[in-house]
Amino acid sequence: MTAVAAGSLGPARTGRRPEALMLALGLLVDLAAYVAVGVGHDKSFPPSIGAYAGGFAALYLAAHLAVRRLAPYADPLLLPLVAFLNGLGLVLIHRLDLAGADRARQAGRPAPHGDAHVQFIWMLLGLALFVVLLGVVRDHRTLQRYTYTAMAGGIALLLVPAVLPASYSQVNGAKIWIRLAGLSFQPSEVAKILLIVFFAGYFVAKRDVLSLASRRFFGLNLPRGRDLGPVLVAWLLMLAVLIFERDLGTSLLFFGIFTAMLYVATERTSWLVIGIVLFCVGSYTAYRLFSHVHERVDIWLHPWSQSQGHAYQLVQGLFGLGTGGVLGTGLGLGRPDLVPFAKTDFITATLGEELGLAGLMAVLVVYGLVVQRGLRTAVSVRDTFGKLLVTGLAFSLALQVFVVVGGVTRLIPLTGMTLPFISYGGSSLVANWVIVALMMRVSDAARRPVQQAAVRAPANDETQVIPT
Amino acid sequence: MNRAVRRLSVACLLLFFALIANANILQVVDAKSLRNNPHNSRVLLRTYSRPRGQIVIGGAAVATSVKTQDRLKYQRVYVQGPEYAPITGYYSLTEAATGIERAEQSVLSGEDDRLFVRRLQDLLTGRTISGGNVVLTIDAAAQDAAYAGLKGQAGAVVALDPRTGKILALATSPSYDPSRLTSHDTASVAAAWKQLNADPLHPLVDRALSSTYPPGSLFKIVTSAAALGTGDTPSTVIPAPHQLALPQTSNPLNNFGNEVCAKSGQLTLADALRISCNTAFGALGLKLGPAALKTQAEAFGLNDSSLTVPIPTATSVFPANLLPNWQTAQAAIGQFDVRITPLQAAMIASAVANKGTLMKPYLVDQILGPDLTQISQTKPQTLRQAINPQVAAQLTQMMVGVVDRGTGTAAQISGVQVAGKTGTAQHGPDTTPHAWFIAFAPAQNPVVAVAVLVENGGALGSEATGGKVAAPIAAQVIKAVLHR
Repeated sequence: MTAVAAGSLGPARTGRRPEALMLALGLLVDLAAYVAVGVGHDKSFPPSIGAYAGGFAALYLAAHLAVRRLAPYADPLLLPLVAFLNGLGLVLIHRLDLAGADRARQAGRPAPHGDAHVQFIWMLLGLALFVVLLGVVRDHRTLQRYTYTAMAGGIALLLVPAVLPASYSQVNGAKIWIRLAGLSFQPSEVAKILLIVFFAGYFVAKRDVLSLASRRFFGLNLPRGRDLGPVLVAWLLMLAVLIFERDLGTSLLFFGIFTAMLYVATERTSWLVIGIVLFCVGSYTAYRLFSHVHERVDIWLHPWSQSQGHAYQLVQGLFGLGTGGVLGTGLGLGRPDLVPFAKTDFITATLGEELGLAGLMAVLVVYGLVVQRGLRTAVSVRDTFGKLLVTGLAFSLALQVFVVVGGVTRLIPLTGMTLPFISYGGSSLVANWVIVALMMRVSDAARRPVQQAAVRAPANDETQVIPT
Repeated sequence: MNRAVRRLSVACLLLFFALIANANILQVVDAKSLRNNPHNSRVLLRTYSRPRGQIVIGGAAVATSVKTQDRLKYQRVYVQGPEYAPITGYYSLTEAATGIERAEQSVLSGEDDRLFVRRLQDLLTGRTISGGNVVLTIDAAAQDAAYAGLKGQAGAVVALDPRTGKILALATSPSYDPSRLTSHDTASVAAAWKQLNADPLHPLVDRALSSTYPPGSLFKIVTSAAALGTGDTPSTVIPAPHQLALPQTSNPLNNFGNEVCAKSGQLTLADALRISCNTAFGALGLKLGPAALKTQAEAFGLNDSSLTVPIPTATSVFPANLLPNWQTAQAAIGQFDVRITPLQAAMIASAVANKGTLMKPYLVDQILGPDLTQISQTKPQTLRQAINPQVAAQLTQMMVGVVDRGTGTAAQISGVQVAGKTGTAQHGPDTTPHAWFIAFAPAQNPVVAVAVLVENGGALGSEATGGKVAAPIAAQVIKAVLHR
């Protein structure tokens, strides 16, 4: 952007007004969904709708005002999109709470505590952290200073469940939890963010070296042998997660993020190929050597022969999706509670059953938009660290949605992971709000007019001068 | 670096496209098979989550849904279960439905197109969607008489209104209680199912509609009809030898109990029917030939595989390509490979009673909405003209003779002229014959036609004849319909 152009256009557009409008629109859709659940399930208009409408409007307004003040140039779509997803998630969890209460009543048990309230508290916490983070981290480049601290924290969090005894770390077969005093916490969600920060900082420092080519091989510029070190470390980490924590999804996610960021940092296709080859070798070895990996793949390939056994959950999810069809059964009118873990890993099945293919595709498009806004920010932001950071964050969301939805819809083997913003789960929700805060922080820098940015923050000597 | 970010963004786009394409395959292409997969309990749970419509007889429900406390909200209950079992059938969690429960499934479940507007109103006003009701043609008194008459014996009774085809009674024995199969406790259902299937008396079989039996002497009505149709009259004299030597077999045809029909060796057609003379009808059958017999049998409804009432029925058979020898003679007296259902037997009586016009038998009189507004009313349908009215009148006169002074005197009712015909059907070397009786009354203005079958002669065993065992039951059913 030239000074002349900026001058003729007047003050640069912040996009805050569209953000407010889109927030309101998303809220309206979520409230309509909430009403639909009440009408569909209880044949009555939910009485508390006014309070909910007011409360959420106030909450979103607060977040919006915070953004106006703390990140005025941030991308206007990110907050409305994720707020919409978060609201939809609450509605779906509330809907499953109702089903749980039905079941308890029929079995003569007292109604269980609803999870929607708990999730709402986590949402409050997530939003609070979102605002705090925007306030504290005024320039994302300050995070670069903590590159190695992030690495240490990330790896530690990632591997803690592996070394903890199973009673403190294992839930439903996956050792990816820290369970203390009745609270469970999924450290990999936080580790994911810390490691993205680390990868971004590390690649900024090492990208020149990692970009060096030694020789060509089948049209690929292979890196030098001694530079393979970090890649191998990441690969071993992935295998460790896979073997010791029995978690296919997390391991795929981390290695995917790492490879993608390495590729973006170096622009060397060879890294991509090496990453994919290593991933395939690792996965195949794990498939041959470890029964739990083998079982997952077997369930994926032959679910129908074991629909009452190991594949029960997957098959029930598929039944839900199939029964939902194109338009779904309608909120509150299906039986999503027949799928085990409908609130967490299998919330995609609930979504597809009651809102149908239409609803599922709409939600996928919303995720796609969030990812694309993130990657757009990566293209337009001027500093390398910001580019890599926001690329990693956006890609992590894309990959996680792919792994979760792909698993439930039997596109790929099933792995236990939460659907960002929608699934029930505190650590995941709070971590995802942190991701959005960081993405908005970077996008604020990306969309800020040049002159102002120059005054506010010193130019980054790495990217500004050398054209690629 | 931006080039790589853009490429990554295309890669993300491809990931999302793959998800969307896969979801389309799942929720559009595979949706139907997933929905109908036997392990998918969703459709079943939805069906049970609303009250199923009632099956009503004479203003009282014989099948109804009651609220339960378990996860399936409604359970099917049958009032007077065994008596009405062949009509209602059962609607079970684990076994395929039968009877009216199956034939009128869409109405009872509320999914019938005719209930669409009602369903829409329920959805909009938030009422529980419930099924429509099926009102049957059954006359409760006739059904009681029929079921009581069969008590302790294996057999079936069918009563029709000859003018319309309404089924007034449809009983089978031994029966079972369908409520045993509709429990939500699948283990107890499985046990009951196993026990009922293992029962040597086959209580689950609806003998009235789905079992066929040799008609025996009943079939002489059909043979007589064929003869009258070619110009004979009840007073036409036909040969009635002591023994009929049959072409191409060394076994001659004898009369029941080896009796002599007439010393002169000749009888009128009416007398031959009255005393049920086998040799006379064997000879008559040979004279008429297999084609004429088959044409007349089919006019009464045999060999018609399409009949539903709306419960599907077994096809009554008159064999094709009969040789014009002993086979035809045996077929003319209802033996060889001729087999009919008790319903078909009642239809023969009904056609004669209704001046030769055979009405289509039906069980469902009305369909009512959940709020008892009428959705539809069945209109009587003519199936075909079985015989001309003159032949019908002659046959009526002959059948009155059977009850007045022939083999069917046990069916006499004081003050009412009854027309009838007995049958005592052989069905194997070491078994006692089946006892049959068909009748209609009052003979000149019939309002009820009835068929009774008692397997193996029932309580009387080898002593049994249609006249002794089956005719009294028919008389009871006729009395019940006539309120006598």
